[in-house]
Parts: sequence; structure tokens; C-alpha cells
Amino acid sequence: METKGLVFKYPDNVDTDVIIPARYLNTSDAQELAKHCMEDIDTEFVKKVAPGDVMVAGWNFGCGSSREHAPLVIKTCGTGCVIAKSFARIFYRNAINIGLPILECEAAAEEIQAGDQVEVDFDTGVIADLTTGKTYQAQPFPEFIQNIIRKGGLLASLK
Amino acid sequence: MGMTMTQKILAAHAGLEKVVPGQLISARLDIVLGNDITTPVAVNEFKKAGFEGVFDKDKIAIVLDHFVPNKDIKAAEQSKQCRGFACDHCISHFYDVGKMGIEHALLPEQGVVTAGDCIIGADSHTCTYGAVGAFSTGVGSTDMAAGMATGMAWFKVPSAIEFRLSGQLPKECSGKDVILTIIGMIGVDGALYKSMEFTGEGVKTLSMDDRLCICNMAIEAGAKNGIFPVDEVTKAYMEGRCERTPVIFEADPDAEYEKTIQIDLSKIVPVVACPHLPENTKPAAELSDIKIDQVVIGSCTNGRMEDMEAAYETLKGKKVADGVRCIIIPGTMQILRDCVERGYVTAFIDAGAIVSTPTCGPCLGGYMGILAAGERCIATTNRNFVGRMGHVDSEVYLASPATAAASALTGYITAP
Repeated sequence: METKGLVFKYPDNVDTDVIIPARYLNTSDAQELAKHCMEDIDTEFVKKVAPGDVMVAGWNFGCGSSREHAPLVIKTCGTGCVIAKSFARIFYRNAINIGLPILECEAAAEEIQAGDQVEVDFDTGVIADLTTGKTYQAQPFPEFIQNIIRKGGLLASLK
Repeated sequence: MGMTMTQKILAAHAGLEKVVPGQLISARLDIVLGNDITTPVAVNEFKKAGFEGVFDKDKIAIVLDHFVPNKDIKAAEQSKQCRGFACDHCISHFYDVGKMGIEHALLPEQGVVTAGDCIIGADSHTCTYGAVGAFSTGVGSTDMAAGMATGMAWFKVPSAIEFRLSGQLPKECSGKDVILTIIGMIGVDGALYKSMEFTGEGVKTLSMDDRLCICNMAIEAGAKNGIFPVDEVTKAYMEGRCERTPVIFEADPDAEYEKTIQIDLSKIVPVVACPHLPENTKPAAELSDIKIDQVVIGSCTNGRMEDMEAAYETLKGKKVADGVRCIIIPGTMQILRDCVERGYVTAFIDAGAIVSTPTCGPCLGGYMGILAAGERCIATTNRNFVGRMGHVDSEVYLASPATAAASALTGYITAP
């Protein structure tokens, strides 16, 4: 599995309240919610994002609330992958459970710039910045988690 | 090496004699929790996956607390969906308007959670129940759905940071000042993926409400859970309250901690976390030029009886400053009732404050106290992220009930 697209870059400690503000959580309709993805820190994101694009962020991405709506709206917008220096643990778990690919890679998160064209291979963990020509190796998922992803998410893996 | 308290509870629930940090385990659950925001997503997933029944109708708790009494039509539809699921599956711990409370104030109060439990909740502040000596952690809605169906969840066994407490808090400080001080020291990802284990002689000087508040905000340091040992204070709290028999786990004397941080409670001062991260802490006394428009006293962090007492002691017989809206939200119906019976509600109203029925409401910018552009609020809640309580250009300062109440009287951030 892989994705290829343009980079949207964000800082450290992006919290789930800015990914999807709670004032919209009176519905669980993913399409409706996705219209507001990132709007409190980046009003352009939903206008510009195209299928396969990649979010790149600093430390502790997805901190705060446990709302699964956060990875869900990022995925529903068409985002192909999130690369960060680290992820908050509930966001990490939720992303795996709903099938949003995420990779932890400090060097890639540091060096890749907004607007770069990147290609990400989830199976090998290789991140290629096609704009700069540099490649990065992210930590692949442990076998246990790969199994959940292969089966299409947590609930599918239980059947 | 021995195991921490968290590791021992996880091992017991995984049917293992020993676990080590990093180990992936499948553990048996004692309680699976959801609220009116996260349960609808879980119910959709539960149905989509084709599950027909829940693993145990007595071990699931569904609490309507974020947007109730329903703030709008969409919220009403979400509550209705939760109610329908609870009815269809005969969920015994379903809490609707009239008996609800803010989930993390309600479940300990009602004795639904107890020492030795392994708990997941589709709410990040589920880590609160570590105060009664349980392993308890926040998850998402898909984990909730899987937990309701199977009674099991997978975990990566966390490594631990020990917070060894000594001394006793000054009377103007409470658990909120302790946890804000710790988050200020280690940062919002200072305990990422780890357990925060509170130990030491200072533990016995902390009330249950202090401990619940401290564990509640473990997530604000990125932690998987926070946990206190079970002592006489815990036992007295659980006596006659808990519906299941408590099981007491103790850390091994040679338990392995990644590091140990000493906290002298007697040196704690009233602190405030400035926008827009809970780690931006400063002594309240240094912020006296910060003018405020609103005060919120409540939430799963500080909506308990001792918090109401702190507000009452400060506000009784006095007046909230002109131009300040003071909103007080008791955490459960029992706490609201106690506030009525003790005359607190009258005192709050006489002081110019308003009193709401229990709700998460303003804490997450839901309703009941939303901020306009440029407005500032000092709140006893748990997060001060951009836009958390309303407009993206508003600001939230996090503080204890004593500091928030003192600030309500002056209109500026004021140390108690």
C-alpha cells in the first residue's frame, strides 16, 4: 500500500480540538464533519487537500480528546497518510483501528516542507520526498498491528 | 525486576503471571464506557460489524453528559441513538437526564468503578479512575465497540514514571495545583505512552477528590493512565459504595520505573496554565494583570464536592466582579443536591454566579458558556487549546476552583 501527494505541514502538539472542533460533534456523519477538518488552524486545508495528500507534523500529533472523529475526518478528506515525530497514544490507536495510515519518523517530519511532493510506502516504511530527492526510513508497525491493518481495521480483525 | 501497580493489574487481566513494558497483551475488561459524543460512533461500528449482543450488560456504562440536556436537534438525535442502544441491550449503567452526571465524577461516586479494575472508556479522561486503584485508560469509539462486543481489549504494557510525593499541600492548594505543576515540569507529552504512578508518604494527605483530579489530567501529560495506591482513604471511600468487590494490587518493592520525580507537596503554590497548552504553567500570583471575562467552575476535573466547597468558601457573602460571568457546574445530580441542601446554590446566586445542572458544556466549547473573539476565561477544566471554549481568538486559563473563585471576585487572575 502506498500514497503519493502534496504535503501540508503542521507544528508540534496539534490537538484533536483543532483537527475537528467539538462544536461540530453533534453529528457522527463523517462527510459533514470532514468539511471542518483543521479549520481552527488552517482554513485553507479542506479547500486544497486532494486524495493521496500527506500531513507532516511535529511531536505529539493528535493530543487531547479521544474523539475518533479526528482520524476519521483526516481520512475522509482524502489524506493518504500522516507523518509525525510522535503521535498521542489515543490518536495512534484510533488511526490504526479505522485504517488511517500513520508513520513516526523524526527526520522526515523535520525536513519535509509544505508543498513538497512525497511518496510513502506503508509496507516498507520508506518515505520519498520527490521534490528534494531525499528518502527516509520510518519504523514499520509491529506484526500485531500489521495484522489489524491487513484485516481492514480492529472490528474486521475480530471476526 | 518487579512490576508496577499498572503492570500487575494488566497481567492479572491478561491471565499472565508477569508482563514487561512493550509487551502486547489481550486483557479482560471490567467496565467499558462511552458518552453521548463517542457512543453513537461506536454503535454505528458495532452494527456495521454485525455484532448482535454485548458481552455483559452490567459491565457497560453509557453516560449522556457532553451536550445534555440536549443543546440542539443534532445533539438530541445522538442522545436518542444512545438511549435506543441502551434499551435494546438492557444496559444497566445507562445514565440519562435526571440521574446523569459528568461521567468521571459519576462512575466513582456511584461505585461503578473499583480498585483492581481494568477499564476502557471512549473519553480521554477515563484515566480518572486510577484514583481508586484501577487501571483505566481512554480509547476511541471502535475500541469501545469491540470492548462492548467481546469484553476484551489489546494493550501495549506501558513503562512507568514514578511521582514520589512527600509533605502536605498548603491550604490554598489542591490536587489541581499538583497536576498542573507536574504537567508544567514534564510537558504535554512528558509521559507519552507511559503510566504515571503516584507513590510516597504524601499520598495519604490527599483526599479522594484531589486524587481523582490528579489522575484525570494524566492524559494532559500524554500518559496512558495515572494511578494511586489503595490506602485507608481509598478504602473508606469505596466502603458501601462499590458494587463489585475491590481487588487491591500493590507495586513490587523492586518495580521498574523509567525515572522517579520527587514532589514535595508543601512547596506547591497555586498555578495557572496559560493559553494554549496545559504545560504553560505560571504561579497565579504572577498573572494578576490578566483581566478575565468569564469563570467556569466544574468539569470532570473539578466538579466534585470539595471543588464546590472551595468555590463556596470564597464566594459566600461576596459579589462577582462587574463584567464577569461566573458559571458553576456541579458534576453530578448528587453533588448538585448537596449544593442545594448546604445552601451553596443560594450563596452562589447571591454572589451573582449562575448554577447549571451537570454537563461537560463549556469545557469543550459545546454550550453553556461559549467565548466570543478576544474573551478570556479562567476555568477549572482540563484543556486550553485554541478554540477549546469557543472562538479561535478566545483564551482559556486553567486553574483550581480556589483560584478561579478568587479571580471571579476581582475580575483579574487572583491567587487564593
